[in-house]
Amino acid sequence: MSCWETIQAYAFRSLGYGERLLPRGDFTLCQHFTLIGSGLIWNIYFGLLALIAGFLLANVLAVGKASPRAWIAKPADWFILVFRGSPLFIQFFLAYFIFLELKNAGILPWLTSAWSGALVVLFLNTAAYSGEIFYGALKSVPKGEVEAADAYGMAGWTRFKRVIWPTQMRLAWPAYTNEAIFLFHATTLVFLSGFPAQRQQGDALYYAQYFADKTFNPFVPYPILAFYFVLVTLVLIFLMGLINKRLNRHLPQATRTRVRFRPVLMR
Amino acid sequence: MFEFCSDPAALDTMRWFACFFTTGKHQLFYWSFVTVLVLLAITAPTALAFGFGGAMAARSPVAPLRWFGKGYISVVRGVPDIAFFLFFVIALDQGFEWLRHQAFCPDWTDAIRQGNDFIVCAEAKMPLSTAPQWVHEVYGFFLAVLTFAIVFGAFAANVLYGAMNAVPLGQVEAAEAYGMTPRQAFWRITVPQMWVYALPGLSNLWMVLIKATPLLFLLGVEDIVYWARELGATVLPRFSDYPHGDWRLYYFLFLLVFYLAFTRVSEKVLARITVRLSRGQATLGAT
Amino acid sequence: MKLLTTTTALALVAGMAFADGHSVVRLGTEGAYAPWNFLDDNGEVAGFERELGDELCARAELTCEWVTNDWDSIIPNLVSGNYDAIIAGMSITDERDEVIDFTTNYTPPDPSNYMALSADVDIMGAVVAAQVNTIQAAFLAEKGITVLEFATPEDTVAAVKNGEADAVLADGSYLGPIAEADADLVILEQTESIGGGVGMGIRESDGDLRETFNAAIQSMKDDGSLNALITKWEVASTF
Repeated sequence: MSCWETIQAYAFRSLGYGERLLPRGDFTLCQHFTLIGSGLIWNIYFGLLALIAGFLLANVLAVGKASPRAWIAKPADWFILVFRGSPLFIQFFLAYFIFLELKNAGILPWLTSAWSGALVVLFLNTAAYSGEIFYGALKSVPKGEVEAADAYGMAGWTRFKRVIWPTQMRLAWPAYTNEAIFLFHATTLVFLSGFPAQRQQGDALYYAQYFADKTFNPFVPYPILAFYFVLVTLVLIFLMGLINKRLNRHLPQATRTRVRFRPVLMR
Repeated sequence: MFEFCSDPAALDTMRWFACFFTTGKHQLFYWSFVTVLVLLAITAPTALAFGFGGAMAARSPVAPLRWFGKGYISVVRGVPDIAFFLFFVIALDQGFEWLRHQAFCPDWTDAIRQGNDFIVCAEAKMPLSTAPQWVHEVYGFFLAVLTFAIVFGAFAANVLYGAMNAVPLGQVEAAEAYGMTPRQAFWRITVPQMWVYALPGLSNLWMVLIKATPLLFLLGVEDIVYWARELGATVLPRFSDYPHGDWRLYYFLFLLVFYLAFTRVSEKVLARITVRLSRGQATLGAT
Repeated sequence: MKLLTTTTALALVAGMAFADGHSVVRLGTEGAYAPWNFLDDNGEVAGFERELGDELCARAELTCEWVTNDWDSIIPNLVSGNYDAIIAGMSITDERDEVIDFTTNYTPPDPSNYMALSADVDIMGAVVAAQVNTIQAAFLAEKGITVLEFATPEDTVAAVKNGEADAVLADGSYLGPIAEADADLVILEQTESIGGGVGMGIRESDGDLRETFNAAIQSMKDDGSLNALITKWEVASTF
């Protein structure tokens, strides 16, 4: 089988298209790259959707945690505490059990599949981490800017939308970029704990493990996996950098924050 | 453990659990908590040392060293830690044995790699195959510490690199004006001052490290997750005096509580240290 | 007299093994596959293979130590020398034989069984659970049956109980006691013949050790003690 044929057979194997049987013997580098790359589709799926959905919930959580009303602030605080204070590995495991119980009770039976159940866990998890980042940024919005908004007669939603939120995002963005990178890394845990792989359709790590199991040689598949993730990380830094540029475009050059090291908040 | 445990099937619920929770298997579970804590206690300073080395390399005026430092930081941070955990232990083990093989058996003629097999002479085995089991376990533990230290050392290097750069330039310039060499200025001015800038990042890293410990079972350490799985799994009456159904949910809930408590306590302690270290510093955190 | 020669031959082979650096033979097992191998209440390796391994080592006059290792990485760790033999209910297959060597089988090739919640499951159209990286998982994938892979045997049975999978495919000896203890679960009549019996896995470069164990297994087959052990633990049919 030539490399091009291999790509045709396995490029979308992780989604169930192409060759049904995984390669059996005479493993080639091409097969490694194609299948692990095919699995990467799942990592990107999990990462991207969880990131977008998590972003929305994180904003709610951040505002909620900063609320002066205890009945809003406490639940937001507890939510963040539980998800940030425990390992994702254990969260996956427990979530799978809970989803099974729900399924037996006839509620949301599709949650036991990885594509939905694991996505929900990742979504809640990243929302908690980003919520904490956004909360920290909200607390560091300069008082002067808020007072200026007051002086212009802005209040409530308008003030939040036009003054507070843009600054909050600008301050949070470098740390949030870190969180996004770690979220993509965390997607490799999906099939490692709890959630089963159906019809041998798994993520990049699943196929890397498959090759390591079959060839009994871990020194080829895992470095390939690492290579793919370095690519994902670079693309992510680039995209988040573009957004960051836009968030900072009104500032003089020297005061712009670049997307890079921020020690305070990371996973 | 207790005298009344001789016939578990006849016990009432309370006593049954008293016996159940003190079986040899459960004692291994409790010990695994100690293992994890000891591992954290050893890994943290080791990773910090790796991080310090990495940060110094990344700041080095020697170009290859600088590239190495920066490469180490960005490659390890760009890859999921599981990818390292899954093959580092075997890689490190074979690496050590290869080095020992070169040192101890220079006149060995057979190939080290025979097909799939990795064969070194008996003297080069790590640990020696004659060694008792506990030596093997300690060695496995050591490999796990080293793997963790290499991975989290890159994160620590990133934090320390930033912290070294965060020390105000005027301080270093003043030191040079007093006639200090760059090396003196680094050790006497930069290093003592960088800790307060590094602390938030390092605190965070400590939390990350705690939350990475459930992956220890990937490194071949029989950790708390391994035992929680093992103990929670269904046990049939034929194979145990304490048969029970699938109790993994409860064991994992217990682990969840353990981790929440552990991270909570760490957070409180680290907050105190931050306040203490910020004393007399011209930062917002200072009191 | 015959007994005497066997023992001498064994001692000779054992002596060769000693010279090769095997003063202690480390046996790797999974410890999560009752009745083959599992951890007892004290956390010690127990089960059919524990007794078998101890007996084999006694006959071959080897000092043996038990090591547990995850099923996932059990072969790579053998190959890189962390233990000297795998004795973990591992079926002899061509795929594995390419990487490691096997001793002669110490249980005959037995068909694998399906276990489900009801006896009338149509396997071809069903979702079947199997442990990842087993001959059963490979078999299901090859047949085009929807396979759901789990990391541990425990997970596969749990998947059937909670309706995630319609059936589980595994060794009958593993499923048997479970179905016996749980009235909801039944073993299907349909069986699958996969694999060539269970043997010990040895590094390909370790021919002497393999011969030592082969001789010991043969001597246990000859005097009927192997069959007695198989019957005692109900792991397979007898020779």
